[in-house]
Amino acid sequence: MAELTMIEAINEAMRQEMERNSRVIVLGEDVGENGGVFRATDGLLEQFGPDRVFDTPLAESGIIGTSIGLAINGMRPIAEIQFLGFVYQAMDQLAAQAARIRFRSGGRFSCPIVVRSPYGGGVRTPELHSDALEALFTHSPGLKVVMPSNPYDAKGLLISAIRDDDPVLFLEPMKLYRAFRMEVPEEPYTIPLGQARVVKEGEDLTIITWGATVPLVTKLADEMRTKGIDAEVIDLRCLQPLDIDAILASVEKTGRVMIVHEAVKTSGFGAEVAALISERALFALSAPIVRVAGYDTPYPVPSVEDDWLPNPARIAEGIETLLRY
Amino acid sequence: MFDPNELSIEMVQILDENGGGDEAKIAAFSDDWLLNAYKAMRRARVIDERLLRMQRQGRIGTYAPFSGQEAAQVGSALALRNDDWIFPSYREVAVCLLQGMPLEQFFHYVQGRLSGKRMPDGVNIFPTQIIIAAQTLHAVGCAWASKLKGEPHVSVAYFGDGATSEGDFHEAMNFAAVYNVPVIFFCQNNQYAISVPYAKQTASRTIAQKALAYGMKGVLVDGNDVLAVYETMKQAVDAARRGEGPMLIEALTYRLGPHTTADDPTKYRRPEEVEAWRRKDPLHRVRVLLARRGLWTEAQEEAFVAEVNAEVTAAYEAAIASPSGSIADVFDYVYSEAPKLLAEQKAEVMRRKQAKGVK
Ligand SMILES: Cc1ncc(C[n+]2csc(CCOP(=O)(O)OP(=O)(O)O)c2C)c(N)n1
Repeated sequence: MAELTMIEAINEAMRQEMERNSRVIVLGEDVGENGGVFRATDGLLEQFGPDRVFDTPLAESGIIGTSIGLAINGMRPIAEIQFLGFVYQAMDQLAAQAARIRFRSGGRFSCPIVVRSPYGGGVRTPELHSDALEALFTHSPGLKVVMPSNPYDAKGLLISAIRDDDPVLFLEPMKLYRAFRMEVPEEPYTIPLGQARVVKEGEDLTIITWGATVPLVTKLADEMRTKGIDAEVIDLRCLQPLDIDAILASVEKTGRVMIVHEAVKTSGFGAEVAALISERALFALSAPIVRVAGYDTPYPVPSVEDDWLPNPARIAEGIETLLRY
Repeated sequence: MFDPNELSIEMVQILDENGGGDEAKIAAFSDDWLLNAYKAMRRARVIDERLLRMQRQGRIGTYAPFSGQEAAQVGSALALRNDDWIFPSYREVAVCLLQGMPLEQFFHYVQGRLSGKRMPDGVNIFPTQIIIAAQTLHAVGCAWASKLKGEPHVSVAYFGDGATSEGDFHEAMNFAAVYNVPVIFFCQNNQYAISVPYAKQTASRTIAQKALAYGMKGVLVDGNDVLAVYETMKQAVDAARRGEGPMLIEALTYRLGPHTTADDPTKYRRPEEVEAWRRKDPLHRVRVLLARRGLWTEAQEEAFVAEVNAEVTAAYEAAIASPSGSIADVFDYVYSEAPKLLAEQKAEVMRRKQAKGVK
């Protein structure tokens, strides 16, 4: 088995799906000649040619809007939005158009597109290159939202997303693109959309997280072991569909919940998770739910982003609070 | 039927790449004007090259160099009043410097400091726009306000060839023409949007001709000819100020360096192409002209470059020696007054900072 980085796993997933199905095409800004600004689509133009891989004009609404038409007429587009902060330019096409094709056509048409986009902080980018905007899309019924946290999951989830008959937003934590390698099977495989992964089992508290913050939380949970605190870590992997059963099972076991995400706190997806837990497992809780998230401001400049993001100090404080009860 | 192939658009040029050209027009430019324009371009080039090197040394963050585009930027900015409104993208450093941005301020910006966000009061430059083409609409609105208030200012939207593919650009062009506002759309067609060449960006032979469909005047100018850019921009700005409405200017130029310091241009363009454009360097031709008029010697060049280098060093050192702003600022400039929950978040951050003994 090869040891791959996340970006290599993503590249391999697209390559294999393009080999398997000639209707799968790739389009976006700089995805051809340049192989993508992060090299996610490296080599695809060479292998599949200019009728499968398109360097589009610089227009996000155009990329998503034409992908919808392509998909309705039988193609399987994988569209890249170069950084998630630029998706606002395509908000109508994604949230109001792609999301509703099935609904509006009474089930006659579906919109099997995948929109891949890097997101997340800690990499000292210019403005609007780091924002975690997943909650905009979990609030748009009809879209699926997938957020992998490691190379193995990225490959299996992306293949599922490409084969899925609904529009899928596939958000890639750019800090993790080359952060570590992991064994990834060479053959194509799928991971069902909507299954969380228990990263680490524990008894004392549950930490629910996804995407960019999973490695940070896992590392802290490991360190807490030495202090006698036994945390369970759940990587949601998909926000829509959501694995509510995995969440409830863990909450019922530990009774203490922390939710960690990079996106701003107010109306972040953590709020949805907390609401679901209070609706369905309130009496299993022995402490109020704690959220550690980005603050309610636009994503700040590089010199202060580490203070803004969920970081070890903030998470440790949250755990202290939880264990006080 | 209308056939775009029948449209013929000539490029305005005064000074050609060898320092010759339309001699009658060249003669109309004074020695002082030429020296001033040359120095502004040379200063810009030295600053750009220094910033590129400083990025490589890890002293500043991601940087988008503009070498090769000095004539387009300097020529257009020299045609403006310093209280006109500028709506720049990330590449208009030379424009911003001429319109009043202190060099030290730019260091705060490229170092990713909080102090890098705010232009000094009275400098009418909008924050660097990252979202391609978004500023074109703001420029139109700003010009619209000038018109409604009866003020004499012109607004200028700066953007690249790639930006003309975004919907915002087309909406901006349309609004500008419908309301006949004093705005200039200044496109630096440097022929690439990161890796995507002009031919993949648009099937239109020129960007200038896109003006026609909106009922607006458009012009194509040699963007490496500072004289032609100045003259073209001056005509556009004067007309806009007289109430004659907007104009689209396409300045044909070339980005000699990478898109940003995170980019490797050898992936998508051939060295011969870059070489061919180096021969059309916007500084070289003015240098030849200055020599012809006996205005500029090698010794003056060396002294000037040394002076700018010292200026860059001083600005950099002043920037790193001054406070970079507090994390508090992140919370202070979200609303005019922070809502209760946001104020609590600020207090939390300040408490944690104090506990760590950091400001
Ligand atoms: C809305 C949006 N999409 C994509 C990007 C990423 N991006 C940054 S610069 C750039 C190319 C811009 O090309 P052009 O408009 O020609 O200007 P240039 O960089 O050549 O000056 C792209 C695609 C962005 N910043 N904003």
